[in-house]
Amino acid sequence: MDVARLPLRYPADWAGFAAQLPALLGGGADWTQAVGDQAALFAEPAQASLGPWTPPPGWDALGRLVAMHADDDRFARLLAFARRLQREPGLWADRLDPDRRHLQSLARQVSREIHKTHAFVRFREVADDTAAGGRRHVAWFEPAHHVLRAVAPFFVKRFAQHPWAILTPRGCLHWDGQRLTGAGPARREDAPPEDAGEALWLTYYRSIFNPARLKIAAMKKEMPVRYWAHMPETRLISELVRDAPRREGDMRGV
Amino acid sequence: MEVQSKLAILADAAKYDASCASSGGDRRDSRDGRGIGSTTGSGICHAYAPDGRCISLLKVLLTNWCVYDCLYCINRKSSDVRRARFSIDEVVQLTLSFYRRNVIEGLFLSSGIIRNPDYTMEQVIEVARRLREEEHFKGYIHLKTIPDASPELVERAGRYADRLSINVELPSASSLKALAPEKDAGGIERTMSRIHLRLQAAREARREAAALRSLPGASPAAAAAPRFAPAGQSTQLIVGADASDDRAVLQLSHRLYRGQGLRRVYYSAYSPIPHASRALPPQAAPLMREHRLYQADWLMRFYGFGAEEIVTEGGFLSLRHDPKLAWALAHPEAFPLDLDRAPREALLRVPGLGVGSVDKLLAARAHRRLRRADVLALGPSGKKALPFVVAVDHRPRPTDLQALARPAPAPQQAALF
Repeated sequence: MDVARLPLRYPADWAGFAAQLPALLGGGADWTQAVGDQAALFAEPAQASLGPWTPPPGWDALGRLVAMHADDDRFARLLAFARRLQREPGLWADRLDPDRRHLQSLARQVSREIHKTHAFVRFREVADDTAAGGRRHVAWFEPAHHVLRAVAPFFVKRFAQHPWAILTPRGCLHWDGQRLTGAGPARREDAPPEDAGEALWLTYYRSIFNPARLKIAAMKKEMPVRYWAHMPETRLISELVRDAPRREGDMRGV
Repeated sequence: MEVQSKLAILADAAKYDASCASSGGDRRDSRDGRGIGSTTGSGICHAYAPDGRCISLLKVLLTNWCVYDCLYCINRKSSDVRRARFSIDEVVQLTLSFYRRNVIEGLFLSSGIIRNPDYTMEQVIEVARRLREEEHFKGYIHLKTIPDASPELVERAGRYADRLSINVELPSASSLKALAPEKDAGGIERTMSRIHLRLQAAREARREAAALRSLPGASPAAAAAPRFAPAGQSTQLIVGADASDDRAVLQLSHRLYRGQGLRRVYYSAYSPIPHASRALPPQAAPLMREHRLYQADWLMRFYGFGAEEIVTEGGFLSLRHDPKLAWALAHPEAFPLDLDRAPREALLRVPGLGVGSVDKLLAARAHRRLRRADVLALGPSGKKALPFVVAVDHRPRPTDLQALARPAPAPQQAALF
């Protein structure tokens, strides 16, 4: 049996995995150097008698998201489900199947992480003579999944003329106004400290809050606490919550 | 006064407007070589305040000085609140600075009425014009239309804004007359209709332009239709400041969605304001009432419920049950439904089943019979559906429904900690 070299170029390399999938399903490849701790699952003998692999519509979109998940068994699950798809006609239409639901749940977590990264990255201004306009915007972020590549287009389109960088412990993105480059992991200390404009944002956050409508659970549901460390405004939350009853009393004139 | 202090006053003054949506615009970005910004069409909440509300836009008033004396409004002429006024440049720079930090999708600008409606509207438009034409800002802009501003100004506002809104404020014309003597419900609806007609014309022009562009030999840039508020218009009304019941509120919403093509109606539970007038209730409307109105509004727009049938208890929505459950309990003859056979419209009326859940059930039942486990697999809300459906291995007991319909237990004194 051929021994395929590890075909993944990076942790979320869906294209690399998808290219290898027909061989894995057909039993023509033995993926020995699996990602993480998955060797045992990939060693399951494939059934060579099944027809060629034709991915159903939507498989690619699902797999692309699942591949970004931090779970070590993500590729093993995709492979196992592809095997079932080959054996069970109609399975793809059944979105209530437990294996399918698990994959959808991984995909949903990744989509949400991409969305929250777009939302919660906080740039700070840094003087930089080499950059156009004499400044760059730099952010520190800790994504829970391998979403860095997936979030890049959003920031490129939004800040196309403005140099920026997003530093994370999984790797970094640098945009110079022309080209996007990747770099290895960064440390929190590499990110810039508070800049002069941040106080205005904090004032806004404090003022737009309505103390008569405290709903802490709703806030935490949409802005989970694990993001708070790199969002400067969240350090106001305990003070705002503590003072809310007094401010509400003031509003009613009592 | 420093920008810092102005921002504190003018953001505080704007927080009573519930809308912070940044969705529904066209798609554009800054890769064309100048300016900053993008819109994706779906909106982003960049932060949440401890009131659970989304912060998507820099939502401020240009000024909280106002010549009107609307009793429910913190900025009314007779209120002794601190006043401030931003310069046009200050709002432009604040928007850009926040945008570069990635804390907003754009600007939601409103204003107290200074001098007269047209002067105020011109100032508001000038901020948007500067952002668009001088800074090439591609982010989201929501402008509040000043009641009675001239049609020509509304036209200009639509050229720069993604969304326009004009607040109905109160559910009935008589309450508006009593509480906001300078405003008139007819004028507000006239402006709304004008925007509605203009939005329809813009949509029509876009269709024609697209048809022209698709002709053989046409240049792709030819005949681009003039832009007008691609994210449409919305409005807000305050509930609990007057005696209007939920049925009246929802009938009004229904009329606005149908007649004026509104994208959203926002409901804001009346919340007491500092130095409130004695003509207003001393306490806040229950936030649950606001929540129920949003649920009912959603059911009317996406689930085929009518404004008449959705209010089941003497003019008001149930505070105890969500409107869908309340409707189901009031219509025992409609249940239980057979999961394997019930049509889509009927399944959409089952408490606990959303549009996504119904579609999953329909897709799965095309291949096999549905079971109790499938309903539970839909997630936590699936369990709510069980008393209302039958499956090959599931039949609800009549007592399940009776338990739901039983009156709530007498409230008990909650433990303090």
